Amino acid sequence: MLHALWIIPASPLAGFLLLSIFGKRFPRRAVAVIGCGTVGLSAVLALMLGSSFIRTLPEASCYRQVLWEWISVTGFEPQIGFYLDAISLLMMVVVTFVAFWIHLYSTEFMIDDEGYSRFFAYMNLFVSSMLILVLADNLLLIYLGWEGVGLCSYLLIGFWYQDPANGKAAQKAFIVTRIGDTAMAVGLFLLFLKLGTLDIQTILVRAADTWPTGSGMAIAIAALLLGGAVGKSAQLPLQTWLPDAMAGPTPVSALIHAATMVTAGVYLIARTWMLYVLAPPVQAAVAVIGAATLLIAGAAALAQRDIKRVLAYSTISQIGYMFLALGVGAWSAAMFHFMTHAFFKALLFLAAGVVIHCLHHEHDIFKMGGLRKRLPAAFWAFLIGGASLAGFPLITAGFYSKDLILWEAWSSEKGSAWLWAAGLIGAFITAIYVFRVIFVVFFGEEHTPAEKRPGRSMQLPLVILAFFAIIAGFVEIPKTLGNFHWFSALLSTAIPAQRESTPVRGAEMASMTIAGAMALLGIYLAYLLYLRKPGYPGQLVRAVPVRKIQRFLFSGWGLDWLYDRLFVRPFVWISRINKNDFIDSIYGGMAALCRSLHLLFSSTETGRVRMYAAGIAIGAVILVAIAVML
Amino acid sequence: MILVLFIAVLIVGALLAWAVGQRSASVARWISLLSLIFNFALALTFWIRIYGRYTFTAGNPWLVDVNWEWIPSLGIRFHLAMDGLSLPLVILTFFLGIASVICSWTEIKERIGFFHFNLLFILAGITGVFVAVDLFLFYFFWELMLVPMYFLIGIWGHERRNYAALKFFIFTQAGSLFLLIAILGLYFIHGQTAGAYTFEYSSLLNTPVAGAVATWLMLGFFVSFAVKLPMVPFHPWLPDAHTEAPTAGSVILAGLLLKTGGYGIIRFVIPLFPGASREFAPVALGLGVAGILYGAVMAFAQSDLKRLVAYTSISHLGFVLLGIFAWNELALQGALMQMICHGISTGALFILVGALQERIDTRETARMGGLWSAMPRMGGVGMLFALASLGLPGLGNFVGEFLVLLGTYRVSPVVTILGTIGLVFATIYSLAIMQRAFHGPNVEGWKPPDLSPREMSILGMMIAVIVWLGLYPQPVFETFLPALKQLVAFMAVH
Repeated sequence: MLHALWIIPASPLAGFLLLSIFGKRFPRRAVAVIGCGTVGLSAVLALMLGSSFIRTLPEASCYRQVLWEWISVTGFEPQIGFYLDAISLLMMVVVTFVAFWIHLYSTEFMIDDEGYSRFFAYMNLFVSSMLILVLADNLLLIYLGWEGVGLCSYLLIGFWYQDPANGKAAQKAFIVTRIGDTAMAVGLFLLFLKLGTLDIQTILVRAADTWPTGSGMAIAIAALLLGGAVGKSAQLPLQTWLPDAMAGPTPVSALIHAATMVTAGVYLIARTWMLYVLAPPVQAAVAVIGAATLLIAGAAALAQRDIKRVLAYSTISQIGYMFLALGVGAWSAAMFHFMTHAFFKALLFLAAGVVIHCLHHEHDIFKMGGLRKRLPAAFWAFLIGGASLAGFPLITAGFYSKDLILWEAWSSEKGSAWLWAAGLIGAFITAIYVFRVIFVVFFGEEHTPAEKRPGRSMQLPLVILAFFAIIAGFVEIPKTLGNFHWFSALLSTAIPAQRESTPVRGAEMASMTIAGAMALLGIYLAYLLYLRKPGYPGQLVRAVPVRKIQRFLFSGWGLDWLYDRLFVRPFVWISRINKNDFIDSIYGGMAALCRSLHLLFSSTETGRVRMYAAGIAIGAVILVAIAVML
Repeated sequence: MILVLFIAVLIVGALLAWAVGQRSASVARWISLLSLIFNFALALTFWIRIYGRYTFTAGNPWLVDVNWEWIPSLGIRFHLAMDGLSLPLVILTFFLGIASVICSWTEIKERIGFFHFNLLFILAGITGVFVAVDLFLFYFFWELMLVPMYFLIGIWGHERRNYAALKFFIFTQAGSLFLLIAILGLYFIHGQTAGAYTFEYSSLLNTPVAGAVATWLMLGFFVSFAVKLPMVPFHPWLPDAHTEAPTAGSVILAGLLLKTGGYGIIRFVIPLFPGASREFAPVALGLGVAGILYGAVMAFAQSDLKRLVAYTSISHLGFVLLGIFAWNELALQGALMQMICHGISTGALFILVGALQERIDTRETARMGGLWSAMPRMGGVGMLFALASLGLPGLGNFVGEFLVLLGTYRVSPVVTILGTIGLVFATIYSLAIMQRAFHGPNVEGWKPPDLSPREMSILGMMIAVIVWLGLYPQPVFETFLPALKQLVAFMAVH
């Protein structure tokens, strides 16, 4: 069974090749079948493979499949090879599963688009690249998948290429993440130089043998890889590309910019965990980046009007939670939140997509309203997804994963009250901004009438994902509620579990209660502000300081403005002023000098013998004078 | 004999094409194409035949060689030889030769026979440069490339062709002068110390030159090759020559002529003057990385699409210089791979720009935009080669650039980091190509026809090669390896 591993990334790749070469000639139906079918095959295989893999645990905790030798030059020998263990298995299953439902959804969502086959070709390429990233056994192959998903992200953000704004957003996404990737590439150079390999498992072992905890080399490498992770996962200070990435079609936002690609940074850190254990300052930085990002992005989400931008900032914020978990060494908590987030955030985006689709591409939440009755499927989906995102106590998946992170932030060795508090405030903000959207969009008066209703291909994915947005949390239940640890037990076969903390039931209970209360409080506040007294926020914003804050948050804390001044304009300026290449003008100057000398000397050629005689005489005098003086 | 055959076929083809060109243009094209296909097939079968079975007798490092007497009184021999270093470059020469014949099938409308005469003569010169191991003969071929290229730009070029052709000629000729002086210098020094005057490469290898003399001779060789490469600040001929040349000219210039510079440094500068080169390495690394960054920034600034692509060459060839002077096998393999892949990817970009100009009669990006909807095939192919150019993993250029940077890191982290930043700049200009030409609104309402089967045939092959080199470059590395081992041994001593 496990031998079929290579088919999982290969199948969508085949779909991409078919669609990109022959796509124009296929009817839409065939495009949809190829697009969904290849991903569906991967999903089914991933599930089958996963169940057979779990049955062999824990005797064989990993499976390796080498396809061929990629490069082999004097000791640099990366392979095209796959490595399956609990983490990559989890990623693989979630990616293929969510991707399949989003593909199905897209068959209806994109039906009127002229680039139908192009869309599915890019989506298939994305799934394939993502699976390569996840399954790669060495960092160079991860880098291949890493750049591949970045490429697909670029292609799909700029999918509607005729609008220059989309092109700009697409380029921004690619370039900003590539800045992070540069750091990652340098990290790879350094890793290879010091450890002589890029094979991940070998690195983990050799790193621990070579460097003591806190060694400068480990710190440098961990920090450089973190640079890549921060870019891809849209964390501070490289998060600015993600809100603009919403220019892409909504299924793209759901798949790439919420559920899968943006969590690649989290995966990279979890995959190379040993490097972070050896570099405590960097690991602490991961936690601080996560905490800061979750607060900053959460606050920015509060001020957005575009439904997709709210969700985009929310994604940044939720990945901040995952970073926070990684930073305190709660590897499995981070992966747990990745999984639940993949379900509920994909669900939220797809539900938002239904709204946008049925309201004729309306994005402004304040132009929506009262859609509860007209679009019940979207409403229930958004409500379930929103509740899960807000961490509605006990019944939602988001509650369990977020609660675990908060608890670890508090109780783990590397945690602190500050990190815990940041997560808690973040949870409060999260509940406000998501229920703000729910109340504004689905309750109150109807502003724009819904023109169509979603069909079956769009509703079924909502149902499936809503189901998982609820139950996915029950795989890991804290001690006080039932003490069920299937998920962390599974992951502990690949990555060290958090040290069993001393029985402090009271504290765990308290943390959970406070977190749940925060979520409920946030929901209540949103209810008060946007449902009970809908005019109140408007009045509030009329006050000048509040408006200034609101604008500042709306612009994403002004970072775009800052980067524009710091990097974009100087670069463009330098290239513009030197468009004609000053080095060329040096040679041009030499040529001009020759020409003017030529003119000068040819002007002495007058044909008058007296002048020549005088010239000879003067020259002779000068020569004699020189000879005498010397 | 195979080496003589390569050159003979090209020269005979050239003469034939010129002779029949007056009467039938299409026969001239076919003669040119068939002679190149013949050579390509010959070189390819040779590669397959010897692949993995390199056996060297002591003292003979060549896979195959021809060594005839020519002018014995001056120690000049007609000595052609090929090793693993030159073989892939020779194959590349014929491959891109085929590409340039096919891409100029309809573009060139005047004096077609003479055009193909020049084309084949340039290729004969380039082939000669890659296989000549008598320095006099090498210099002969080195000059042989020049004159027909001057004609190619000057006769079939675009608006400012005379200026560009003259500039190209003066720059490279000035460089060649240094080469000639350095070759003669080496010849006399060898003659005086060893007692026998010879231009033979393997004899000159052991010439005991050191100190200032070695440095000056090394610089003589180096400057000539650096102009061809081109290295900043010797590059200004390149944007003009590439932009004004007909498509075939640009393909050959970027794909092959620049590679003779890199080849020259690897074949001559380092083995002949290892000590002096080693001392010079920090300067070369600095100039290499300067080229990477400068070329990339300049590329972004251009509004002429062809000029933009031309500047990217300066950036990419900076990696070659970096790889050579990083002084280790890893980086050298990367530099060689980069040379091959740059030939393919930039060649393809020039073919695309040429095809575009043929259709809409402009190279100004301000007048383009939104061309994807009319020409999705050209858009897709353009995207792929833009991605190759920005170093996307899975395509050949990435393998080259990554190995260069990996090898350079050992020597100088600072240079490596700057070079890696060059990859960000490469992203910026590559995406700019796509955005300006294919995306955005189609303001002028262009409705050009998409790529024809003739154009797709050659671009399809180029795609196949660049993907192959990106995912399984090992056969090429294995071919370079034996020759590189010797070079690395030379390096290790110094």
